[in-house]
Amino acid sequence: MPHSSSTPEQQEAPARTQLTPTMEDTTLNLGNGGLTDEDLLMADVDEVESPPVVTPAAVEPPSSAPAAKPESTEEDAPVEIKQETKAEIRLEDLFEGMDSGSDDEFSGSKTDRDVATGQVPPSSPGPVAPAGSNPDLLRVFYQLLFPWRYYFQWLNHSPQPTPDFKFREFSLWLTGGVVFRFQSYATLDLLRKDVFKHLPERIEIGPIYTANPRDRKTFRNSSAFRPIAKELCFDIDLTDYDDVRTCCDKANICIKCWQFITMAIKVLDVALREDFGYEHIMWVYSGRRGAHAWVCDRQARNLDDHKRKALGNYFSVVKGGEKTGKRVNVRRPLHPHLARSLDILKEHFLTDVLEAQDPWREEDRAEKLLQLLPDIKLRQALKEKWEFNPGRSSTAKWGDIDSVAKSIGSVNTKDLLEAKQDVVLEYTYPRLDILVTEQKTHLLKSPFVVHPGTGRVCVPIDTNDLEGFDPLDVPTIGGLVNEIDADTSGGGGMKKEGDGDEDKKGAEWERTSIKPYIDQFRGFVHGLLREEREFVRVKREREEEGGGLDF
Amino acid sequence: MNRIDAKRRNVVDHRKKQFAEATYQPQQYPHRLNFYTTPPTADITLEQFEQWAIDRLRILAELEACSFRNKTPAETAAHMEPLLKKYLPLDSTSSNHSQLFTQRQKDHYSHFILRLAFSSTEDLRRRFTRVESMLFRLRFQGDDMKERNAFVRTLNLDWEPVSEEEKRELAAELAATVGFAGKRGQPTVQEEEWSKVDWERVPDLIEHRKVFVKRGKAYVPSREQQSMVMTEFNARLEKALELTARALPRLDEDDRLTPILNHLSKNFIAPDSVYTNSSSVIEGAEISARNIDNLSQHFPMCMAHLHRTLRRDSKLRHFGRLQYTLFLKGIGLNLEECLVFWRSSFNKMTDDEFNKGYRYNVRHVYGDVGGDSNRRSGGYSPYSCQKILTEHAPGNGEAHGCPYRHFDEQNLMALLEGVGISDKVVLQGVREDKQKQKFHMACNRVFEYVHKNELRRAKDESVMTAAQLETIVHPNEYFKRSYLLKNMGKIAKKEGDGDVKMEG
Repeated sequence: MPHSSSTPEQQEAPARTQLTPTMEDTTLNLGNGGLTDEDLLMADVDEVESPPVVTPAAVEPPSSAPAAKPESTEEDAPVEIKQETKAEIRLEDLFEGMDSGSDDEFSGSKTDRDVATGQVPPSSPGPVAPAGSNPDLLRVFYQLLFPWRYYFQWLNHSPQPTPDFKFREFSLWLTGGVVFRFQSYATLDLLRKDVFKHLPERIEIGPIYTANPRDRKTFRNSSAFRPIAKELCFDIDLTDYDDVRTCCDKANICIKCWQFITMAIKVLDVALREDFGYEHIMWVYSGRRGAHAWVCDRQARNLDDHKRKALGNYFSVVKGGEKTGKRVNVRRPLHPHLARSLDILKEHFLTDVLEAQDPWREEDRAEKLLQLLPDIKLRQALKEKWEFNPGRSSTAKWGDIDSVAKSIGSVNTKDLLEAKQDVVLEYTYPRLDILVTEQKTHLLKSPFVVHPGTGRVCVPIDTNDLEGFDPLDVPTIGGLVNEIDADTSGGGGMKKEGDGDEDKKGAEWERTSIKPYIDQFRGFVHGLLREEREFVRVKREREEEGGGLDF
Repeated sequence: MNRIDAKRRNVVDHRKKQFAEATYQPQQYPHRLNFYTTPPTADITLEQFEQWAIDRLRILAELEACSFRNKTPAETAAHMEPLLKKYLPLDSTSSNHSQLFTQRQKDHYSHFILRLAFSSTEDLRRRFTRVESMLFRLRFQGDDMKERNAFVRTLNLDWEPVSEEEKRELAAELAATVGFAGKRGQPTVQEEEWSKVDWERVPDLIEHRKVFVKRGKAYVPSREQQSMVMTEFNARLEKALELTARALPRLDEDDRLTPILNHLSKNFIAPDSVYTNSSSVIEGAEISARNIDNLSQHFPMCMAHLHRTLRRDSKLRHFGRLQYTLFLKGIGLNLEECLVFWRSSFNKMTDDEFNKGYRYNVRHVYGDVGGDSNRRSGGYSPYSCQKILTEHAPGNGEAHGCPYRHFDEQNLMALLEGVGISDKVVLQGVREDKQKQKFHMACNRVFEYVHKNELRRAKDESVMTAAQLETIVHPNEYFKRSYLLKNMGKIAKKEGDGDVKMEG
């Protein structure tokens, strides 16, 4: 199974080279020690309302020292080999659906990882695995860096596990193409335990069902088991912009074309707030070339598919495909939403599209612009002008439209203005993957997981500083693990051991570059929880007034 | 809403309550339109009971026929006007008609009588809701603006009226609502009555950005309120019909009403289901798997296209199989023969594949397997034109649907020429029908062309009744009529009128 073999060979980041050999062990046998450790850390982090994260002691007896110690180093080849075989057995168990969760060997601890220096284990054959699916890194990531507690609160909407969490579908995507769908967990600990066990390279979130998704086959009719709620989601993907971006294509992105996402977020975010009154909207980088929106307001979560579809279409302006010709045909006068969007997008169109992308410099590409313009005489004149002066920039060509139209004189200015507005919308208005919005049952990649291809973490995007977000600058799993390394080996470990107080103040992630993102997530979740509490309080008061239900 | 006069409640000793006469407030009909929330309580004669129901049924049947024939709303309204006047007049309050109360009472009572008749099955309920809402929409549109607004206010739909001040503030945004393009003759933003509702109640308006929406509230002009009222009307009627269905068994003991009701619902048989029974089977025709190729000359274009596709590719996609199987079932191909037909048609796969992937579906369609209700009702009903036209438009690689609607003009012409229709006039006619979205007309035009000789003869000899020459709205009717016409001499005995009709 790729699980064990797909390890470390490739190392872009020097740090990983350093980690590699020890990481191999970590994969196989620890985790549980780590988990306890993590729990302690987590529990300490935030004293607000403690309950959900308490490790059941029975599951994992902590066998190793909880804190990082640079000394624990015993590493040799035989051990490695032995562990590899062990790994295979575990994987088989896993695929038979057996619960092999309680490993009983703990020969090392996660701290091992910082010891090794630069040696590449001879026993790691196989293809180059991307960083994002390296089980060693994933283990560290899930144990030390994933914000479990806030994650739980975000999905659960309450300190105690509610059906919102219990009946929620998760699906785990394992390295090697295995997908476990319809997983559900009664508590956060069960989820964590399962994630530590399988080390999925990707976790997706589905809807909340009327009953436990694991029992879905036991229901006689479909009404007993059906999806009832899910965050309202939007998915924007740069591949949908391939016909308007010139800098990159397919899965590649750069900061230039990222601006398409930036403007999309601006347009959608303000519309969701102003038009629909939603407040709890989280934007998440999808790890490679897009962004997701999670609208978490109670009302949005409870929308049925029909209304989701209506919302999705409200935001569908660019229609059809390449063969459609003119893809934006909106009614005049412009709907207030479109008028506002146009205001936002105009600026971006001039700088981020015309200047940065220069989409019409080549003649055949400029042809496309001509097709979008109304007057045949105008088209003719422009064509001649551009043929005569090849290589004019898109900005110049955009300016030419008005000047040439003026010189012709007979062009209907209103039609021309509207056509130009349509062009701006076609090049800049958000392009959504509509199915994600329309269907409650559609799975969407969870925030804070690692993109298996790029190794980047799916971090929330701060809408107050959209321009400051650079997708290429997002923390990667390799980088983060490195930071922890540097931290623990550079005296941090010692400090930890000695100075308990200092230590209690911070989990590992607090000392890494993922901190601002988790802080942001925490703020978001707190805002959501506050409103949920208010909702529960109001509801209870009403019930008390009405029916005399005692609480 | 409470029907029992509050003051008189509890007058009766609760032990004697069941024997006491119920006392009701007399019904008032302040508005022309009615949401039919309160059932009637006064006594009427049995004759009235039957006559009123039949009158209303006639109207509903006619409305449905209009929709089958793809009439535009304006055409439908024009068509219905004289009929409504005759059978179910309903004048506005301002007309001060002397019969106002009687008219409204009849409208009210007949609606509830038909509810009893048409709540028994899902199919009937759905159809009843559809035609009733068509009738309501027709009246709603024709209603006086002022009275309509007054009526809407009584519905308690919890719409918040938009104040003058807010109108002024949002004038620019509201002007962008659909239809406010500053044309003359239309009310301005200030004149229009606006109401604020949760956007979730008008998703259709939101979907197409027809109205302005702010912080979750949609601003709906009175013109667009129709869509909200209709949604509400439908929802309430559907719910009420289900309740009626549950209460229906209590009527069983009543031997005066049950026969009338049964008779009514029999006359309201859906075109969808009319061909399930043996009435459509043509005696003397050899309907068997090996004869299908031969019979396919009588098929309408939709089925002929499926047949040709099947012969060409040796396979059909799911909806194609469904549509075609049901049609074959409708022309009288029995299950065994149908299985033989599909097995031999799918000649590129093994028996095992066929049995695994397809056999069950065919049997399910015939009601041979499946849930209790499926088996008891004999499987599915053959699709009507209505259904083929409106449901499941064909996608990539699919051959089902109606060629007149789902083909583009060029392909349609090629298809028609492919089956030997080359008459320029006919083709031009079909093209025009298609542009006007009168797909039935196109189909009937082709039918008339293909059978022109036989039709002339039939008319001369008056073999067929007028009803049998009405517009075809069901593929199986097309087949039947085509077969009968082509074999006019050979078949002595003919079946009765199999056309879709709802009559009193």
